[in-house]
Amino acid sequence: MNILETNRLVKRYAGHTALQDVSIAVPEGQIYGLLGPNGAGKTSLIRIITQITAPDEGTVRFMNEPLAPVHYQKIGYLPEERGLYRKSKVGEQLMYLARLRGMSESEARRRIRAWLERLNLMDWATKNVEDLSKGMQQKVQFIATVVHQPPLIILDEPFSGFDPVNSNLIRDEILELRRQGSTIIFSTHRMDTVEELCDYVGLINRSRKVLEGKKKDIKNAYKTHTFIVETDAPIALTENGYEVLQSESTEEGIYRHLVKIRQGTNNGLLQACMAQSNVVSFREQIPDMHEIFIRVVAAHGN
Amino acid sequence: MNKIWLIVQREYLIRVRKKSFLIMSILGPILFGAIIFLPALITIFTSDEEKHIAIVDESGLFQDKFESNQSLIFSVVPINIEQAKTALKEKKYDGVLLIPDIDISNPQGFTYFSEESLAPMTKANLERTIRQEIEKLRMMRSGIKKEQLDGIRAKVDIITIKIGEEGEKAGSSGAAMVIGYVGAFFIYIFIFLYGSQIMRGVMEEKTNRIIEVLICSVRPFDLMMGKIIGIGAVALTQFLIWVVLSLGITTGISVVFGLDKVAEARAKGQMEQLQQNPEMANAVEISNAIDAIASINMPVTIAAFLFFFFAGYLMYGAMFAAIGAAVDNETDSQQFMLPITIPLIFAIISLSAVITNPNGQLAFWLSVVPLTAPVVMMARVPFTGANWELFLSMGILIASFIGMVWLAGRIYRVGILMYGKKPTYKEIGKWLFYKA
Repeated sequence: MNILETNRLVKRYAGHTALQDVSIAVPEGQIYGLLGPNGAGKTSLIRIITQITAPDEGTVRFMNEPLAPVHYQKIGYLPEERGLYRKSKVGEQLMYLARLRGMSESEARRRIRAWLERLNLMDWATKNVEDLSKGMQQKVQFIATVVHQPPLIILDEPFSGFDPVNSNLIRDEILELRRQGSTIIFSTHRMDTVEELCDYVGLINRSRKVLEGKKKDIKNAYKTHTFIVETDAPIALTENGYEVLQSESTEEGIYRHLVKIRQGTNNGLLQACMAQSNVVSFREQIPDMHEIFIRVVAAHGN
Repeated sequence: MNKIWLIVQREYLIRVRKKSFLIMSILGPILFGAIIFLPALITIFTSDEEKHIAIVDESGLFQDKFESNQSLIFSVVPINIEQAKTALKEKKYDGVLLIPDIDISNPQGFTYFSEESLAPMTKANLERTIRQEIEKLRMMRSGIKKEQLDGIRAKVDIITIKIGEEGEKAGSSGAAMVIGYVGAFFIYIFIFLYGSQIMRGVMEEKTNRIIEVLICSVRPFDLMMGKIIGIGAVALTQFLIWVVLSLGITTGISVVFGLDKVAEARAKGQMEQLQQNPEMANAVEISNAIDAIASINMPVTIAAFLFFFFAGYLMYGAMFAAIGAAVDNETDSQQFMLPITIPLIFAIISLSAVITNPNGQLAFWLSVVPLTAPVVMMARVPFTGANWELFLSMGILIASFIGMVWLAGRIYRVGILMYGKKPTYKEIGKWLFYKA
């Protein structure tokens, strides 16, 4: 089931179109990576989903209802440009934000305490935000995003500004939230996090959605049937179906070939190689998200 | 509604807890008191310095005519003008007035010698004395006797009576003027003081980048109204503290000046006795002023003050919020402040004209224009009381602040997400029609 569906969203600003017929579907309980180059329209899309702005055309459905102000408290949003009141105390500030999202005071107090303990911030609860390091402020912002246990969490570049230790901490928290049933939309440029965390991927380029689906399926779709074959002797593939794209010999006396199968099967290629040498290794070259991203964006012209 | 309340609470508490709020609450009445009393105090202290003025009377007509007072001591000296000038240089006198041997039908040549210029008040005093004396001489010459002359003189003092529903009351346009001025001035000060707090608050949320976190939880309009109402509550609190403190101070002053004795004496019907006591003369005067204040329709004035205070604050507050949302920093805000500052300052400047003629055309039109109405109409209410002009002014103001809040809300929701370049008025105009 999809927790969120957008239908042909259009958003225009003076002089340019930020979104053109964008329809995405975010399945419940998954981590959805929203990708795209700078200025592609990701932030415009997120602002419509979070009801910060309204679309010029198109509709959004959330939990099978048309998106409305009652859904404010069911969504947690960590913007890319984020901040806190500098002169306010951490605890008070979290309480204010939690209450704004409809939590009762006692419930909010309990949850804030639990989160501060979890992220080792308990000693800082009564300090002003301006006394905190940047990393600690980021953690407070993360708590503010998830404290009201929203079914949908939207994170825009959540790892920017984190050191590797805190990055891991937050990543584990994100995975834990998914385990508890939350859906997470991730907007990022960092393909390694997409590779690592996302189950679904949607790619926006030049105001349009150009790709969407299960990460595994997309990767399969972008397979080029290219194999890396390592042998202990040179080989010559004479059959028409196989094309050697690249050949090199390594210092250890191993020959590495990049072979594309135009016609035929994996096993056929393997047999052809085996006939001429000992095969040391044989594996399919699977494109990573980085590669797919660049290929798709380039194909749509940028 | 619940969320607006949360925002109001927060905006109120963070400001009231600040040290600066406490300091302002205490210093405010003292500062205002100082502004009012300082000129009086300065006069008292500087007038202690006596000035000796020598009068060289060559005509011999002005022997005992100049009356000395606390600060000016006149003495007709039996020396000629050259000697007097030397004495002036030796600093025996502060000034020398030369009255030449004049022809009564054409008096000319009165001259004042001094090292510093003559104060206008003193000059008027001298001229009046000389003129009266010459007039007297001329009248006596034409055959009028001194007794007749004394009989001709009349002293006139107009007592104003306002005819109202509760019958006739002794009124005082002086008291109405003071109350009008003070009320209007308070409204002006509070709009500026707390309006700019709204602007800074909005700008802070924008530059802190917390705004995006907030408006995915609340509607921008709620956020704006919460801030305006919260800060308005701070203004009211501050005002009430000032009123209470000022009342305390006034009571203190009353005790010092002996007003309580006046009240007591009145109760015992000993007023006449009191008036004969010169030490109590001041107290009687102040007590009379208080009576005059009581003659103004206070319930209407207070109600009008509260109304114009809030309606004016809401209207201008919404404008301040819109400006705060449209710009990124205080420097850029200057340009957009003009539409706020010009009408307000114009209203304050025109106050003296309005109060001199509270029922005139200028006064009427400035109370109809909503941007000047809070200040101008407030200044008029002590004179006019509740009449149709007051209700017209109020009605227009209510409509205007609703309209202004609506407009500001539309600018606000777009502006808070715009960073970078300072927008033009044209761009802000376009924001009004964006779909939110």
